[in-house]
Amino acid sequence: MSEHSSSYKPSNAFTRWMDERLPIIRLVYDSFGVFPTPRNLNYLWTFGGILTFCLLVQIVTGIVIAMHFVAHGDHAFASVEHLMRDVNWGDLIRYTHAVGASMFFFAAYVHIFRGLYYGSYKSPREILWILGVIILLMMIITAFMGYSLVWGQMSFWAVTVITNLFTAIPIVGESITQWIWGGYSVGDPTLNRLFSLHYLFPFIIAALVGLHIWALHVVGSNNPTGVEVKTKEDTLSFFPYFVIKDGFMVIMFALLFSWFVFYAPNYLGHSDNYIEANPLQTPPHIVPEWYFLPFYAILRAIPDKLFGVIAMVLAIVVLFVIPWLDTSKIKSVKYRPMFKPFFWLFVITCLALGYLGAKAPEGYYLLASRLFTAYYFIHFLVVMPVVGLIEKPKALPDSITESVTGKSSPEETAKEGAQS
Amino acid sequence: MSSDHNDEGRRDFLMVAAGSFAAVGAGASLWPLVDQMNPDASAKALASIEIDLTPIKEGQAVTVMWRGKPIFIRKRTADEIKSAESADNADMRDPQTDETRVQKPEWLVLIGICTHLGCIPRGQANGDVHGDFGGWFCPCHGSHYDTSGRIRKGPAPKNLEVPPYTFVSDTKIKIG
Ligand code: HEM
Ligand code: FES
Repeated sequence: MSEHSSSYKPSNAFTRWMDERLPIIRLVYDSFGVFPTPRNLNYLWTFGGILTFCLLVQIVTGIVIAMHFVAHGDHAFASVEHLMRDVNWGDLIRYTHAVGASMFFFAAYVHIFRGLYYGSYKSPREILWILGVIILLMMIITAFMGYSLVWGQMSFWAVTVITNLFTAIPIVGESITQWIWGGYSVGDPTLNRLFSLHYLFPFIIAALVGLHIWALHVVGSNNPTGVEVKTKEDTLSFFPYFVIKDGFMVIMFALLFSWFVFYAPNYLGHSDNYIEANPLQTPPHIVPEWYFLPFYAILRAIPDKLFGVIAMVLAIVVLFVIPWLDTSKIKSVKYRPMFKPFFWLFVITCLALGYLGAKAPEGYYLLASRLFTAYYFIHFLVVMPVVGLIEKPKALPDSITESVTGKSSPEETAKEGAQS
Repeated sequence: MSSDHNDEGRRDFLMVAAGSFAAVGAGASLWPLVDQMNPDASAKALASIEIDLTPIKEGQAVTVMWRGKPIFIRKRTADEIKSAESADNADMRDPQTDETRVQKPEWLVLIGICTHLGCIPRGQANGDVHGDFGGWFCPCHGSHYDTSGRIRKGPAPKNLEVPPYTFVSDTKIKIG
């Protein structure tokens, strides 16, 4: 698919003139117009478009909020309240940004589990997958920094706990932590630099998304069968078919988004963050935003500080190497009877860790956190390599077209196509 | 022929020399950009503070701020001192005797920051929980400290730190 040549024909004098100087119309036409896309994609494939929408919403609302935000330890909290109470539409814009972060992670997690289920990380999409994991990491850092800007109790103590993770590094940990703080504790210099970087990172993410889509367009989309595109009959052009489908789902997603913004804007947040930061008092329970809970559960499951931090970091880093940990030649879990239950066990593990991350780490909760943390890693490090070797997969369809129409082999379809 | 060889040797040398020069230059110009994030002069101008101990009664504790950190000052009861000293040989993660952590047994001065991930342990205010060892309890991830501020249970790796301080008189200390 990397060799597809451009079929764009400039239609008038201006577009011809333009095409010889900067072929940007050609780029858009090739990438989002005629781009051949597997005809059997299901709705899980619309989340890429949804994620692009989310990034756009965060950037637009964020720039507006930044016009009213004061990055100073004494004023940040009040400036957010001022935005909420005094600025025209300020509450709407802030709630959209705050809920938007949750929606962004929700969409990202669906997108990632889609990739895990249909084997989208396997050859030839390793780079595409790795770019995705880098984007996830950047999103995590960005959302964490954004949350800190509110300078409420949860903001302050989340920054304290997370920056203290670096003190776990032997010897240089203390100096690194003070370097991050710009002082001897979390304070005004910390808030300022977090704001500077929170403004920057989304634009780096946007650039990474560009690379991600570039990589996608070199190898083409995966699809529910995991069988690669073989003939033109296996595909449809991106416009209008997938533009309409993605557009429809973006609207559905926007409805859910709006429901939260208008009816439950604080449902996903924590009320303690409406109390101004107080460096002398730690809230009784420090809980991160819901989208970090599984990682937080892993951190707390391990009774040693350094190893807890290492496990939490590895929980994401392990995603970088799964293209090589999965030994199965078959992409889609649909055709992998032995792996399928393990896939769902992994989904349950992530949900359970999310639940446990919000509970006090004691008694049965702690025990359960440990068991699920163990399975999280066993899934990638043991189940993926071993099951791939011993499993007998189900018969794959010959082609995408066969999986859709149930009969014709690609050659026949190609002949029929040629006759008509 | 031989002059060609000489030329090649020279070119390699020039490449390596130019490369190293550029690397050192890049490093030198990067350093200010990195170092500007370190604690600045105003943060370092370590304001030391003096605290009058007279109002603190036996069994009471106060919290003061030093360098943006809470300092716990506790006037320990005889029972608390005894329990701290008798635990000196207990199995501990960060073994220290009580004697090395105080200047006068009744005054315990600590940096009130959990050595796990930086929360403020409870145990200062009236009615606070004190944990399984009668000292402080960190609610964040469940670290228990004893009446000498030593870690006895939970994820924290180290004892609560003792800040640098001196007794300027019998009833006054200077921290920093
Ligand atoms: C990847 C995209 C982004 C994500 C995931 C993100 C996430 C967040 C989150 C979770 C918060 C805390 C919300 C709250 O509880 O109030 C926040 C706040 C903030 N963000 Fe962003 N953000 C993004 C992009 C941006 C951009 C591009 C700007 C532009 C400067 C920006 C400016 C701000 C400001 C000023 C605040 C503090 C005020 C507030 O609480 O609303 N953000 N962000
Ligand atoms: S910060 Fe005190 S136990 Fe984690």
